[in-house]
Amino acid sequence: MDKIMYLYADNAATTRMSRTAIDAMLPYMEEIYGNPSSLYTIGQRAKEALEDARARVAACLGANPSEIIFTSGGSEADNQAIYSAAYTGAKKGKKHIVSTAFEHHAVLHSLKKLEREGFEVTYLDVHEDGLVRLEELKEALREDTALVTVMFANNEIGTVQPIREIGALCRERKIPFHTDAVQAIGHVPVNVVDDNIDMLSLSAHKFHGPKGIGVLFVKRGVRVLNLIEGGAQERGKRAGTENLAAIMGMTAAMEEACAKLEENSRTVTALRERLIDGLLTIPHSALNGSREKRLPGNVNFIFEGIEGESLLLLLDDRGISASSGSACTSGSLDPSHVLLAIGRPHEIAHGSLRLTIDESFTEEAIDYIVENVKEVVTYLRGMSPVWRDLVSGKKQFQL
Amino acid sequence: MALYSEKVMDHFRNPRNVGVIEDADGVGEVGNAKCGDIMTMYLKIRDERIEDVKFETFGCGSAIASSSMATELIKGRPVSEALQLTNKAVAEALDGLPAYKMHCSVLAEEAIKAALKDYYDKNGIEYDHSVLPDNLGCEECEVD
Repeated sequence: MDKIMYLYADNAATTRMSRTAIDAMLPYMEEIYGNPSSLYTIGQRAKEALEDARARVAACLGANPSEIIFTSGGSEADNQAIYSAAYTGAKKGKKHIVSTAFEHHAVLHSLKKLEREGFEVTYLDVHEDGLVRLEELKEALREDTALVTVMFANNEIGTVQPIREIGALCRERKIPFHTDAVQAIGHVPVNVVDDNIDMLSLSAHKFHGPKGIGVLFVKRGVRVLNLIEGGAQERGKRAGTENLAAIMGMTAAMEEACAKLEENSRTVTALRERLIDGLLTIPHSALNGSREKRLPGNVNFIFEGIEGESLLLLLDDRGISASSGSACTSGSLDPSHVLLAIGRPHEIAHGSLRLTIDESFTEEAIDYIVENVKEVVTYLRGMSPVWRDLVSGKKQFQL
Repeated sequence: MALYSEKVMDHFRNPRNVGVIEDADGVGEVGNAKCGDIMTMYLKIRDERIEDVKFETFGCGSAIASSSMATELIKGRPVSEALQLTNKAVAEALDGLPAYKMHCSVLAEEAIKAALKDYYDKNGIEYDHSVLPDNLGCEECEVD
């Protein structure tokens, strides 16, 4: 292929802001820049916008406005939800938490901290398909379980969990249920009532909104503790002057994503299927995670005999931005905890490629990616001693 | 990409001396697929000189660049000089590597030493075991 295409295929990392979101922000930087806590007109106009945004965000989620806490993003919301449920439970002698082995680090590291403080965490197996089993969750629940936290959709392999069923189970047992829905919002239908969710985290920049802004939804009656002490913003649950421009951008982006969800999901899923089919023609490769129960835009592959970082660098040379679960891209020696959690061996997990597409992609773009990944994988295998051993039969192919 | 120097990117994009020497006089393989890096060095030695050298690498950009640079630094040089090659020299020749990628240059040094050791062992040549220890490249990375 002689023409280079520039393709941003890392929408799970972050997205390009939509024009609608940018336009929604500008008035709150240029004109209505008042502090929503101030009583003069420009402050009160900001306050009105803030509460309007809260109502609109709540409507997208099926929540009440009073159940929305604006945060700095998904990580803060995850931290607040987990610590709130854990410390509230501990007061009643409940110090057990159920989660999964492949949560985002915002969840996992919070849980690790709680473990050091004496909490016990059960990490559910996510199996080869990247999905929890309800039976196993049922078995893991105990009298002293203070919280169940299971991500809505995985950030690396895109698998979508049976959230509604998990929520129902927790409700039956009266255990608070939190879900990290950062990858899900705007991409798959989410309704906190129908899905039996007590707490939910989301982040604007995953659906064409601005970075540094997110939401923690907390169902009425569920106790929430502060991470940040200070003023009385967010009903006293999150101090700090509200980032109103970002909140307005997030709200506009969320409404747009929710309104176009069905249409985008259909388009993107069809492109994803084309991409998966194309990449499966590369020998000794495999899709990570369930093909059916996954986010519309997520494709995550492993290729035997190569390492992910070199793959990414060469794809970047060809205009394609992607990511990998390779250790070398993270500065550690361990490959992705997600790929290890679904049972991929270390040596294969290094050769992973995540492509996350959005509705701006075309069939031509997908074909360009397939062709270039094929060429680069073939080239890297050609200089790989691991591949040579596999081809010569000295080592067994695992894929 | 700012992660790597231009020299690293050049050696990564256009690696020198990639391949296999079928009738090599010494072959050294170091690293561990579990850690994400394996390097194999092939040496052709004549009159105590590195007449030819080829490499194969499974690894990240800096691993490929380090192997490539290491082959350039020893090609045509006396064996005695190749023995002196340090990972620092490889990294410097590449205009530096990020701190957490320095182990790639260590692998390149060790791959060459392992190949020289293989050459000495095959030919029954005595050598300094402190320079060429038995456990070259056996360093395990910290994996659970």
